[in-house]
Amino acid sequence: MSILKFLKSKYVIAYLASFLMFIVSILFGIAVGSVAVPVTDIFPIILSPLLHLSFTHDIDPMYIDIVYQIRLPRVLLAGFVGASLAIAGAAFQGLLRNPLADPYILGVSSGASVGAVSTLFFNITLPLLGLYTLPILSISAAFITIMLVLFFARQVESTMRVETIILTGIIFNSFLGAFISLIIALSGDQLSDIIGWLLGSVSMRGWKYIAIILPFFMVGSLLLLANSKELNAMSFGEERAHYLGVDVQRRKLIVLTAGSTLTGAAVAVSGAIGFVGLVIPHLTRLLWGPDHTHLLPLSILTGSSFLILADLVSRTIISPQLLPIGVITALIGAPVFALILMRKRKTSKGGASC
Amino acid sequence: MLTVDHVSGGYADHPIIKDVTFSVKKGEFFGIVGPNGSGKTTLLKMISGLIPVAQGSILVNDKNITRFSKKELARTMAVLPQLTSQTFPYTVKDTIALGRYAHHNGLFQTWTETDESILQKILKQTNVERFAEASLHELSGGEQQRVFLAQALVQQPQFLLLDEPTNHLDLAHQKELLDLLKKSTAEQKMTVISIFHDLNLASLYCDRLLLLRRGQTKMLDTPIQVLTEPIIEEVYQTTVKTHPHPEVAKPQLHMMPRSELKLENNIKIDESYLVVKKEHILLKSPIPLRTLSTGICGSGVGWHSYFVICDINKAENCNDPAHDIMQRHLITHNFHPKATVGMMTAIKRDHVAFQFWRENQFSLFIVVIAGAENAINTWIFVNGKLKETAFIQAVMSAMEAKVEALKDMNIATSKTNKTADTASTDNILIAATQQGKFLSNASSTSVLVTAIRGGVYTLIKKVIRNTQ
Repeated sequence: MSILKFLKSKYVIAYLASFLMFIVSILFGIAVGSVAVPVTDIFPIILSPLLHLSFTHDIDPMYIDIVYQIRLPRVLLAGFVGASLAIAGAAFQGLLRNPLADPYILGVSSGASVGAVSTLFFNITLPLLGLYTLPILSISAAFITIMLVLFFARQVESTMRVETIILTGIIFNSFLGAFISLIIALSGDQLSDIIGWLLGSVSMRGWKYIAIILPFFMVGSLLLLANSKELNAMSFGEERAHYLGVDVQRRKLIVLTAGSTLTGAAVAVSGAIGFVGLVIPHLTRLLWGPDHTHLLPLSILTGSSFLILADLVSRTIISPQLLPIGVITALIGAPVFALILMRKRKTSKGGASC
Repeated sequence: MLTVDHVSGGYADHPIIKDVTFSVKKGEFFGIVGPNGSGKTTLLKMISGLIPVAQGSILVNDKNITRFSKKELARTMAVLPQLTSQTFPYTVKDTIALGRYAHHNGLFQTWTETDESILQKILKQTNVERFAEASLHELSGGEQQRVFLAQALVQQPQFLLLDEPTNHLDLAHQKELLDLLKKSTAEQKMTVISIFHDLNLASLYCDRLLLLRRGQTKMLDTPIQVLTEPIIEEVYQTTVKTHPHPEVAKPQLHMMPRSELKLENNIKIDESYLVVKKEHILLKSPIPLRTLSTGICGSGVGWHSYFVICDINKAENCNDPAHDIMQRHLITHNFHPKATVGMMTAIKRDHVAFQFWRENQFSLFIVVIAGAENAINTWIFVNGKLKETAFIQAVMSAMEAKVEALKDMNIATSKTNKTADTASTDNILIAATQQGKFLSNASSTSVLVTAIRGGVYTLIKKVIRNTQ
């Protein structure tokens, strides 16, 4: 597509709007809290180390500390988690041809949760890893889970149709879910830790957790973005995708692995935060259409904005207490989603089903 | 050139296709037909590389399809599978543009001018331009099928494989789609291999047909060879009748509904159905009769229930074309023009003669109506089942009888020699109930022919005697 044509297309508006939303969310996320940081100070604080300049002479050092030690890592972590879940959700929905699919559908989050909950329950601390024990074990469990799901799906049917994969995922989900319930039932002192982790949070994680999710986010997102055309073809069914020239088996494995990696990493650093992976891609598709070459990047922007704002609400609404972020994502997400769905239904005469 | 060489295979441990061999030439329109479950779709999926071949090989342009890369194969061969439901509301244009996927290489290959011009051309060709910006969900099944055909065509394949492409399409769009494919085979030398459910469409469009039965080749030949009654009846296990297409030199098949086969056997056309009135002579049959006739309406071959001769002198505006007068007459008397064989003559009251004859295997009711200047209208009703040949033989013997009768009458009455001139206003009708068994063997046919000749001769003499 030529540049001129691109500028005329609806996607320019889509990217502008989403990006603006993203920046506004970050600014709000950093500025608002028990101590308000003036918005005008945020840019100099963030930009000066990046540009190796110093604009920060006349800014209160307390603000600098708040931004660097607390708010910025928290906002960034929320952003990465939201982005990871959203793009993984978009990819899974396209691949599985099911607008109700979410990143957790294949049992990945249950796997990650089992890893995390076991770590808390058995009080495991691996040498060298220290604090990272939980996310590392969690992400490993997520990875093992997706590999097992794919392995079993292949045993059931060598061509691994999506229906088979979904069914296998559901089986694993139930099994691992039961396992988590078992641990909760057996736990004593660790109960509040476990429940707290399961409800999900991005608070008090610090830069180290960003370092954990960042590589997985980069690799996973790039893999998915590189497969957006194939996702378009595969959302017409695997048979049609084959006829269009897509190497379905290979691409399917790449998408599943990339999506699961993103999900596993997100769950590992923040717990199982629901709703984002289901609603954000759906919403993005409603607003800007189903073309994955745009849907995936737009989902990244929208997902991160959404989770940053959800986190903001979770820590301010009954401050100084924290609400679990998962509660907020559902409380905000569901009504907004319902509203948009209803309005879209009314305007489109065809009654598009998603 | 596409070669399927002793191919067997199907799903794991369950071979569906067994030892199928054929090859399709460039630019050929090749049809695959067969009953449900005969392996048509499986075979198509094997050719398109979706299902692996267990034994044998499939060669496309002399290269085994397993040695093609996925994109290379998609550039050579496009497939239009059966329509499935679509989850996401892609626009028509985005959907069709996906067909160019195989022509793009590398991660960030963008849409080129060539892509766009091919897309625009195909949009026009497949007649989907009108809703190019609409979402797939807003389209009917038939429109979606055309969109996916366009998607297959922008792949610019040498081979196009289709699985019952006319499903979901109405009559006009079926024809439009198949005409477009036929044109592509002729002009662009595209090779079309298509599964057909409808044997008549297959007959009209395919150069050759592969008839599959339980995964094996039953027959591979031109439609006229494959679509014969015994073969189709054997493979499909049902009764059919073949008949040539009225305009095209291709066979067409007709189903035989069970109710028609079992119809009650006791209808006998005789004088009780005949009504002679001033304005017309009418025979109203309780069932449609198979007819071969001349006349103003309903002539040729057909099925008719009403047989009317109306009096030309009673008609108003008798300068109008005869066809119009006839139509008016039929409508005012509530006869359906499509169900009527209508003739017209100048009737006089005693110019009608009829008689019923009973034979062993059939019975016969003949009506002769004489018009002005010895114009003879002959109706022959046969209560029996006739083949087409018998209809023609019946016409021939009736004509012989008439000529003979007139000749004898001329001699007897020594009238002026006008026999030759009257023929132009003569009309004839052969109508058969088509019930019971065929009068097929030579002896029963000759009984029929003799009976008709005798009956017609007698009645013509009687009528002409009355007129004098």
